[in-house]
Amino acid sequence: MRKGFSRRDVLKGSTALIAGTVFAEPVRAAPPPAEAITPALIEAAKKEGKCTFYTAMDLQFAEKLGKTFEEKFPGIATRVERSGAERVFTRIGQEYSSNVHAVDVANTADQAHVIIWKRNGWLAQYVPEEVVKNYGKAYYDPEGFEVVTRVLVSPFGINTNLVKMEDGPKSFADLLDPKWKGKMVKAHPAYSGTIMNATFQIARDLGWGYFEKLAKQNILQVQSATDTPKKIALGERAIMIDGAGYLVIRNKEAGQPVDVIYPSEGTPVATSPSVVFKGAPNPNAARLFFSWMHGREGQQLLIDYARQYSAHKQAVEKPGVRKLSDIKLMKEDPAGVEKGAEEVKRRYAQIFKV
Amino acid sequence: MTVASSESLPRMMHGFDSTKIVLYVFAAVLVVLVVLPMSWLAFYSFTDKDGTFTLQNFATLIHDPTLFDPLVTTFFLATSASLICCAVAAPMGWLVARTDMPLRRTVRLMVTASFVTPPFLGAIAWELLAAPNSGLLNKAFRSLTGASADEHLLNIYSFSGLVFVVACYTFPYVFVLVANALDRMPGDLEDASSILGGSTWQTARRVTLPLAMPALLAGALVAFLQAMTLFGSPAILAIPAGFHTMTTKIWSLFQYPPKPELAAAASLPLLVLTVILLRAEHMILGRRSYSVIGGKNSDPRIIRLGHLRWVALAFCFVVLLNPVFLPYGALLNAAFSKVASQFIWFDNFTLHNIEFVFFELSATRLALYNTFVLGITTATLGTTLALVIAYLTTREAVTGHRALGFLATAPVAIPGIVLGVGLFLSYTRPPFVLYGTLWILLIAFLTLSMPAAYQQMQSAFRAIHPELEDASRILGATRLKALRQITAPLLRTSVVATWCFVFVGTIRELSAAIMLFTSETKVVSVLIFDLNESGDLAAISVLGLIMLIVTFGIVALANRLRIGGGVKFREG
Repeated sequence: MRKGFSRRDVLKGSTALIAGTVFAEPVRAAPPPAEAITPALIEAAKKEGKCTFYTAMDLQFAEKLGKTFEEKFPGIATRVERSGAERVFTRIGQEYSSNVHAVDVANTADQAHVIIWKRNGWLAQYVPEEVVKNYGKAYYDPEGFEVVTRVLVSPFGINTNLVKMEDGPKSFADLLDPKWKGKMVKAHPAYSGTIMNATFQIARDLGWGYFEKLAKQNILQVQSATDTPKKIALGERAIMIDGAGYLVIRNKEAGQPVDVIYPSEGTPVATSPSVVFKGAPNPNAARLFFSWMHGREGQQLLIDYARQYSAHKQAVEKPGVRKLSDIKLMKEDPAGVEKGAEEVKRRYAQIFKV
Repeated sequence: MTVASSESLPRMMHGFDSTKIVLYVFAAVLVVLVVLPMSWLAFYSFTDKDGTFTLQNFATLIHDPTLFDPLVTTFFLATSASLICCAVAAPMGWLVARTDMPLRRTVRLMVTASFVTPPFLGAIAWELLAAPNSGLLNKAFRSLTGASADEHLLNIYSFSGLVFVVACYTFPYVFVLVANALDRMPGDLEDASSILGGSTWQTARRVTLPLAMPALLAGALVAFLQAMTLFGSPAILAIPAGFHTMTTKIWSLFQYPPKPELAAAASLPLLVLTVILLRAEHMILGRRSYSVIGGKNSDPRIIRLGHLRWVALAFCFVVLLNPVFLPYGALLNAAFSKVASQFIWFDNFTLHNIEFVFFELSATRLALYNTFVLGITTATLGTTLALVIAYLTTREAVTGHRALGFLATAPVAIPGIVLGVGLFLSYTRPPFVLYGTLWILLIAFLTLSMPAAYQQMQSAFRAIHPELEDASRILGATRLKALRQITAPLLRTSVVATWCFVFVGTIRELSAAIMLFTSETKVVSVLIFDLNESGDLAAISVLGLIMLIVTFGIVALANRLRIGGGVKFREG
């Protein structure tokens, strides 16, 4: 009779749901056949005429992606619903528990969300042919529940007018130096999926004690990982502790006085998957958009315009962004985040007071 | 109350009285609007996850510092903001109502402008102005004084910054109450004081001030209430500074994993405190009427300030810089600048932000559509409801009209965020799953606008003496015909004014909308809030300016009608 959904309820319900299939059929279900973009799919998508894309991408790129898709397939209006990944997750949860099925395709920056959605039985199985041909096995689910749209890293950023590159912090330990007090901006793990993963990884590798010390540095607490790059570009703070590295690079290439620094302890990383919802109101437009976004064109846009990392093998890298293989990364652990997210939010709120 | 008044007898002889049905229908509507969400709120706050009775939620509220601290913060925020409002609004109200200060009308207009400016928009504009490093005012300060890059004049991301911004958009409440009281205060008493030899100063201190005191106290309470229940400004300024207020805490309790029972428990203190404060205000304002009764009133005395009147004007404009001129300037600057924190100059002027909002931002169209649909529907339905209820209560047309009046006024005690929580709990469950539709927002906005709309329509009806309707009915007209031919034409301008008032109030509502929107039912205020979280200040500025332009258009319309209108409010 209680409304709202807790992780526990979700677990109970979904166990009941999948128990039948799992136990009756211990062998994995055959993966769905890979599907190409066919004229029939395009026709059906155009008939639906619209597609709703919930995403944690930065707004400018998300809209650019939508508009480029519309140009390619005229007659399909793409509406972008942008928020932080954790907010997108909350929103979809609230909507689905009230039987509001508005989302067609979602892109989150937190792998743990896909684990939960899949467990709830909310996701459609769909493997675009393009993905099977061009993506490594690590970057898509052979059962067709998800594809990794982009890989996100959360390095430091600095405003080079306020701090010279060589004087900038080199490590997480450096950030505790009193000279940075009141000069740093940080995003929030209850809003952003990137920051949820980053917080989980930093707490695991450096301990929560690190955050307790960091909290004494009088940081500016914003919400979005896409806001911290803007705050250093404005000159509001000299140093970005975490956030979208790609936006710092984009701003730098647009002539603003900012740069990225990859901390010596390792840079937090989050793979950002997309999914098609089973209850999508526009199932064909959803599949067409999903296919296109993960195809060569969408992924090249991701590299050229958004300055992010693609898993597409044919996509051509554009100089200016450090290769992922050249960055010392922290270890991503979606299952750990799935179990630990509540704890991360709780401790974070205790330490940083918000 | 008794039915056997001379007026109601003839009506009863007409046989079946259709107004009875009207009463029940409207009472039912009001019960659904008010009682249902509040019942769910109470139910949730006193039960645990299995629905059994518990006080655990309140215990948590007191013992968990992440919940209790915001409660304390909110109290200090509301108190400080309220004091500042009084300190600023009282002298301004006096200057405008009782002195020969020049440009008094303009000052009043500017206060109206701060009144209708959405507070969350003001908060964002003040981020642009007074963020410690990138804020325009701090930049100007550094370039004027040559201070180092580390120094700043103002820091909006602080408790005092929040108090300041809240006060900016709350002081009009105090101003209006004080100025109205001074406008209406008869000059005779002051004349008497002067005739008996009191100096201007003595008269002001011993006659005018005591007479205005109840209005000021009431203003202080209203300002306290406003500051306490505000959501947008604290969400925008307090969270970056590292603290919560009660409203932002309630809102954050709905993030995954949602804790509705705690949110409900945290909402109750706000509700109870509001009810108590409104009772207090009622008692204080109730007393005032004794002091101004006294035969035919003369016009209020105007005090000549001499050269001081320019000082007075300067004071008013310095005050008005904060809620109006500076923030509007900052929004305009950000809307046309490539970087929001840079002053516009030839090299960074751009129209791209406007292009982005209208042609690239795919949420714009839907949000504008939703906002206007809701604004128009709420204003139309709200005015109609208020009109009928005000008719029934002022003409005492049906038994039980008092209950109707009470129900229509009751929502004034429900803060927006509390109503949002209540409606969320009521309408996300069968049989009425309204979450995800515009209906739930319509209900929220209707409920929130009902008290003000009802009060406006009530005073409009009181201004029209019932003898006009009686004459019509004696001459054989039915009740409805009398209404149509006599009352309706007299009420037209009040109805339009109320409509505008509700419309403006609806399109700027954030605190209930933030609890109730879904992606399909997003309104402009929520869109602006979303954009603020991702730091898209330029897009906010453009959307905010659109909102302001629409608002001022509607307000201007209402003002024109009122000036040329035929409704005369009863004196005194």
